[in-house]
Amino acid sequence: METTEFEPKIVAFLCNWCTYTGADLAGTSRIQYPPNVRIIRLMCSGSVDPTYVLKALLDGADGVLIGGCHPGDCHYQSGNYKARRRIIALKEILKQAGMEEDRVWLRWISASEGQRFADTVRKMTEFLKEKGPNPMKREWAV
Amino acid sequence: MASRPRIGVYICHCGTNIAATVDVEAVTEFAKNLPGVVIARHYTYMCSEPGQALIKEDARKLGLNRVVVASCSPRMHEPTFRAASQEGGVNPYQFEMANIREQCSWVHHDRDEATAKAKALVVAAVAKAARLEPLEDREVGVTPGAVVIGGGVAGMVAALDVAEAGFPAYIVEKSDHLGGHVADLNRTFPDLEPVAEWLPGLIERVQSHPNITVFLNAQVARVEGYVGNFEVTVSGSKVSGSGLGEPGTHSLQVGAIIVATGYKVFDPHRKPEFGYGLYPQVITTLEMERRLAEGDLAVDGKEPEHVVFIKCVGSRDKQLGNPYCSRVCCMISAKQAQLVRQALPDTRVTVFYIDVRTFGKRGEEFYDEARRSGVRYRRGNVSEIYRRGDRVVVRVEDTFLRRTLEVEADLVVLAVGMEARQDTDEIATLLKLPRSADGFFLEAHPKLRPVDTAMDGVFLAGCCQGPKDIPDTIAQARAAAASALIPLLRGTVPVISETAVVDPELCAGCGMCVEVCPFGAPALDPLWGVSRVNAVLCKGCGACAVTCPSKAIQVRHFRPDQILAQVDVLVE
Repeated sequence: METTEFEPKIVAFLCNWCTYTGADLAGTSRIQYPPNVRIIRLMCSGSVDPTYVLKALLDGADGVLIGGCHPGDCHYQSGNYKARRRIIALKEILKQAGMEEDRVWLRWISASEGQRFADTVRKMTEFLKEKGPNPMKREWAV
Repeated sequence: MASRPRIGVYICHCGTNIAATVDVEAVTEFAKNLPGVVIARHYTYMCSEPGQALIKEDARKLGLNRVVVASCSPRMHEPTFRAASQEGGVNPYQFEMANIREQCSWVHHDRDEATAKAKALVVAAVAKAARLEPLEDREVGVTPGAVVIGGGVAGMVAALDVAEAGFPAYIVEKSDHLGGHVADLNRTFPDLEPVAEWLPGLIERVQSHPNITVFLNAQVARVEGYVGNFEVTVSGSKVSGSGLGEPGTHSLQVGAIIVATGYKVFDPHRKPEFGYGLYPQVITTLEMERRLAEGDLAVDGKEPEHVVFIKCVGSRDKQLGNPYCSRVCCMISAKQAQLVRQALPDTRVTVFYIDVRTFGKRGEEFYDEARRSGVRYRRGNVSEIYRRGDRVVVRVEDTFLRRTLEVEADLVVLAVGMEARQDTDEIATLLKLPRSADGFFLEAHPKLRPVDTAMDGVFLAGCCQGPKDIPDTIAQARAAAASALIPLLRGTVPVISETAVVDPELCAGCGMCVEVCPFGAPALDPLWGVSRVNAVLCKGCGACAVTCPSKAIQVRHFRPDQILAQVDVLVE
């Protein structure tokens, strides 16, 4: 057996109305999930600046999760659609720069989907464990 | 410029909710050494009176200008701690919460891992708090009046309360009459009072009230605005003294909205094994109401010898996707069974039930009365109804004896349950209301906020929130009206202070923020050629801030440096 297993660090940008509340529901329902995720609360997934995601990856996060309301459910009408376009564009840029775009996950998780939030964190943690540590940090460190 | 941070950090045990999983002492010791932290403490219940007093006393004594509480979700106690900070002389917006309960101690078992995560969440909160700027509370005026969607008992009662308090109430009713489903009932349980003795009076009071306007054949087409200042567009006909007006579009300005759209009666065609629509002997409780009202219980011109009631038709039925109890069918069956016994003393009456749930005031006594009147209650699941000559046969599993029985009957009454209306979806989209798994509208909290919704200023009344009887409906309608009256009577509502703001030095006047804002908050100042934000319209979503190429527009409390500071410490 290996000595210590690699524990990925996930930074999650969650919208206040849906996914953050969904994560709260996972808590009130006592649904267990891996402790690898660190949540930053924003008002809307549409306010996730691509620079936040890049900064997290370059600083050494192994994965970045962006959580928003399901299409049509945005508290601000269209923020999640804006997030979707922005994250697709960001992933395209990451790919072209030779960076691993699959470390960035965008997921729609509603306030009533505590289980889905826990499942997402579990899946993402497993995926990143498989994938290994984020090499970008090393490359960018001066 | 901002003062040098002097931060107080408070770690809550939440009894054992946090302390059992997270080493609160270790987190406190750790927090003491974080930059800007002047004091760190832990306490059993930070939200309690002595817990809040700790914050206030420290703030005054040590001259704190930032407060961090690590406890539950900010959705729970942020207002509590903001108020405590303010009383201690700290600007309430220079407060930050670390959610170490819902997002840590309740979802992780391992004490070391949970403690490490709690520390990380505290670092991030401290990093953000250090960069928070002081903000002012803001309020806006309220447009007096409320729109009530639905003209059933719930809607009428809610509208009357709003109107009696002196505010205009607008009822938007989809059908061509007021009264809703109750208008189809004959007598109500448990007093057997004829509906005709009170419903017309209620309708009359609504129609003649000077503060109430009724729209019939009407629907809500559009809803704009926010609590205190909604603009509701209604398409339909306005009722005036001379009768129903021409159909048209009406724009209503109100401060609150009450949703009272009611329910849909379960369609028993969806249980084909019961033969509804196929056999004239099989009817619903609603059809039975009419027969009892008309005193016509005959089948094929003959008095029935045996009447069978089947409960939970469309309720407590997982195969249909309706696992919930409709709450009224047990009492309706007990009522109708008694009335049959009274009208036809020689007729046998049998009720097949899964469970008897005659809760509520006088409910159990009413069930006793039904049994004393000679109604036979038999526990059983009905599997099928088929024809035999002039009669029908009810095939049923006696769930006590575990035996299949066949019972002949002349009349079978299906106690049909309640379902969410098909148009619930439209209303949910118009008002951005979430729905629960059963399809009904979701209240903001199952215990503490039963008539509030996720949308401030929108309230729920009656069966649109879930099945209930008339007394419960009226209680909820009056609660919804009372809640809607809070902003109307206050005359102002608080609005968010965390709005977008433009730095005119950085703004190039490109107008991208104007284009991207769904609320029309930013506009270009024609004189200076820069963007300016109308703070009343801004909801603080931050779409503009991400779009701005020069980062000239930012949302207070969610500025890039505040977010990036959290990222920094979290991935260290």
